[in-house]
Amino acid sequence: MEPMQVLADAAENLYPARMQMAVSLGWHIIFSCFGIAFPLLTVFAEWRGHKRGNAALTGLAHTWAKAMGVLFAAGAVSGTLLSFEMGILWPGLMDRFGEIYGFPFVLEGYAFFIEAIFVGIYLFGWNRMSPRAHMLSAVPMIISGAAGAFFVVAANAWMNNPSGFRLGPDGQVEDVHPWAAMFGPSTWPQVVHMLLGAYMVTGFVIASVYAVGMLRGRRDHHHRFGLLIPLTLAVIATPVQIGVGDWIANTVAENQPVKLAAMEGLYKTDTRVPLALGGLYYDDELHYAIKIPFGLSLLIHHDISGKVAGLAEVPADERPPVNVVHLAYNVMVGIGSALLLLAFLFGWTWWRRRRLPKSVWFLRAVALSGVGAALALECGWVTTEVGRQPWIVYGILRTAEAVSPAPGLFLGFYAVVAIYVALTALTVFVLRRMAHGKDTPAPQEVDAEPPDQHRDALAVR
Amino acid sequence: MTLADLLLGVMFVGLIAYGLFGGADFGAGIWDLLAGGTRRGARQRDLIEHSIGPVWEANHVWLIFVLVVLWTGFSPAFAAVVTTLYIPLTLAAFGMIARGAAFAFRKSISTLPMRRFLGAGFALSSLVTPYFLGAVVGGVASGRVPPGIAEGDVITSWVNPTSVLGGVMAVLVCAYLSAVFLCADAEREGAEDIVDAFRIRALGTAAVTGVAGLIGLFVLRSDAPLLWNGLTGRAAPVVGISIVAGVAAVVCLVLRRFVAARLASALAVTAILVGWAVSQYPYVLVPDMTIEEAATGRATLQAMLLALVVGAVVLVPSLVYLYLLFQRSPDTQTAEKKSGPEPSDPSAAVMS
Repeated sequence: MEPMQVLADAAENLYPARMQMAVSLGWHIIFSCFGIAFPLLTVFAEWRGHKRGNAALTGLAHTWAKAMGVLFAAGAVSGTLLSFEMGILWPGLMDRFGEIYGFPFVLEGYAFFIEAIFVGIYLFGWNRMSPRAHMLSAVPMIISGAAGAFFVVAANAWMNNPSGFRLGPDGQVEDVHPWAAMFGPSTWPQVVHMLLGAYMVTGFVIASVYAVGMLRGRRDHHHRFGLLIPLTLAVIATPVQIGVGDWIANTVAENQPVKLAAMEGLYKTDTRVPLALGGLYYDDELHYAIKIPFGLSLLIHHDISGKVAGLAEVPADERPPVNVVHLAYNVMVGIGSALLLLAFLFGWTWWRRRRLPKSVWFLRAVALSGVGAALALECGWVTTEVGRQPWIVYGILRTAEAVSPAPGLFLGFYAVVAIYVALTALTVFVLRRMAHGKDTPAPQEVDAEPPDQHRDALAVR
Repeated sequence: MTLADLLLGVMFVGLIAYGLFGGADFGAGIWDLLAGGTRRGARQRDLIEHSIGPVWEANHVWLIFVLVVLWTGFSPAFAAVVTTLYIPLTLAAFGMIARGAAFAFRKSISTLPMRRFLGAGFALSSLVTPYFLGAVVGGVASGRVPPGIAEGDVITSWVNPTSVLGGVMAVLVCAYLSAVFLCADAEREGAEDIVDAFRIRALGTAAVTGVAGLIGLFVLRSDAPLLWNGLTGRAAPVVGISIVAGVAAVVCLVLRRFVAARLASALAVTAILVGWAVSQYPYVLVPDMTIEEAATGRATLQAMLLALVVGAVVLVPSLVYLYLLFQRSPDTQTAEKKSGPEPSDPSAAVMS
């Protein structure tokens, strides 16, 4: 193949490849949240149910275990696609940095393997193992779920803040320390942020399902516990997350000043910088934004005269698309603040009165919180991924250099979109069936009724 | 033996595990496709579902394991393979998604047309996915993947005689393995007629696989001479083991010794894969890139080997526990179903 031809193909492939990765990851990230946090909620409900001898709680736990099985299956298949795409779409990253970037994924493979095994044991072992053994089988799920998140996010943190190696004179990778590379400056803030995000998304989404049920008049024990347990987890995580947000913003300011400038739509390096909300960035300036005086300097340096670097520090071809990053970031923070308000309302009422807030607006807010939390998660992820552009490895390798030049690669994007639309529809359909029919089994269970036995029922219809 | 050899060997153990467990899994889907009409095939489909239900996710993690070890330990070779062969790999990944989703969700659905649709999706993707993976192996083994990013032809690297052979053999081996595994499962569940059905299938596919393998040798001689030389030269003893084990498996099947048949079949398939590795050694990408050339830095290889050993200490007992728990319980399950609370009328779910 001619070199010019290769470059042309790579240029043609870049945008579709990025979109394909965005769709695949954006889909997978939601399901992996459930893989991280759902086992914790389920086994908590099971434990309380056994302890109090409360059938509503154990029943709830069983329902959740099945839903967890469906979500885990969906997450597993979408994760398999990702492990292919990582190489198919971004060979430039793999070829040069595979030995550093790949290592956490080796460990993640283990974590996922163990989680898959114990999801199988947990679902299969329902009513087949003693309650104690059964609940213990959930512990590896909870640990490996969190560990898996750690490894994946550590790989991403490395892309943001590459460390643990040296670049030789020809740009080749030398002197690799694979363990050190996993613990770069971005790793811990990003991991904690992601874990809390996963607990929030799972908690709010599940609570919102039961809030909708309660709004429709189903106020039995099942719904009450179904709302209370996940909401409590989410409400505990939310204020902590706001604090972690400050930590991560400082890490970004220190290590990726251009990303921070894009998040804030800040062009010129300055002191006493205001915090900008909303607005539109063009002609090297943020227009129509609401500005809180000294806000950004205060946030980053905890000092109103703190100096914050702007986009002007780097040439134009090293800046990310500002509007996407700035708005995604604002939406995430906005939703986070709204969720914090909800958390305080719930926490206060529960603390003072030992009951849920009575207003129907509370249930409506909880019903919305699930969508909100998921949206905030996606926005946060867009912020960090698009904010790193045009780099795939920050400051070292451009995304455009990493993309595969294989002809026809861009067609994969359309196929992936079609597949994920179908997969989403199917997942929602199955979860809805589970909500309506209690005997609907999860994928890992073996109690499925053969279709034959439904013949009569169908005939009646 | 160098560190890189050792690591690649460990990766290959993962590949063999995928070939055996994942392969049997795919094969079960193929038999699901061929089980007959909805009513006639229901019991066989039931057995298939019972057999792979709790383990299918774990079975397929082996592939992820193979991929991540390759991309971390042998990055240049990995990048070359996945870019040149991106089309069959993408199609295989799509097949895995369709298969996993259809299988997982079919169970949770009680309306017949939807179940049929998902069942067909599961079965069809079980057929095409191993074909594409086999075609990828054929492309690599016949030296059609040069080093470098997307340097090979993206079409002829997997549309060629050796790839077709690889694909067909993969499908046949999956079907065979699964039939053998299902014989033992059916026997344990006491379903004699199903045991016979799968026994006949196992013997039939064994015959077809043997014939295809013989024809395949001639395909290799003209299309992949290096592989041919290896298989008939250095790897000849391994190929011999495969043939002996294959014949032994058939004998066991005839004698209805299903557990022994399982072991012999597993050995036969393992030997085929090992034969490929031996004849290709020391090349990762024939004829241009050796294992040493593809291997990444020593620190990474060491760290990975350590991680693999420590990980295995956790993983292997868990996996064994899963299989044991699952293999010994059909009785408790049926007993419980009878004594447990009356399942609510399935029509309730359909009507609501």
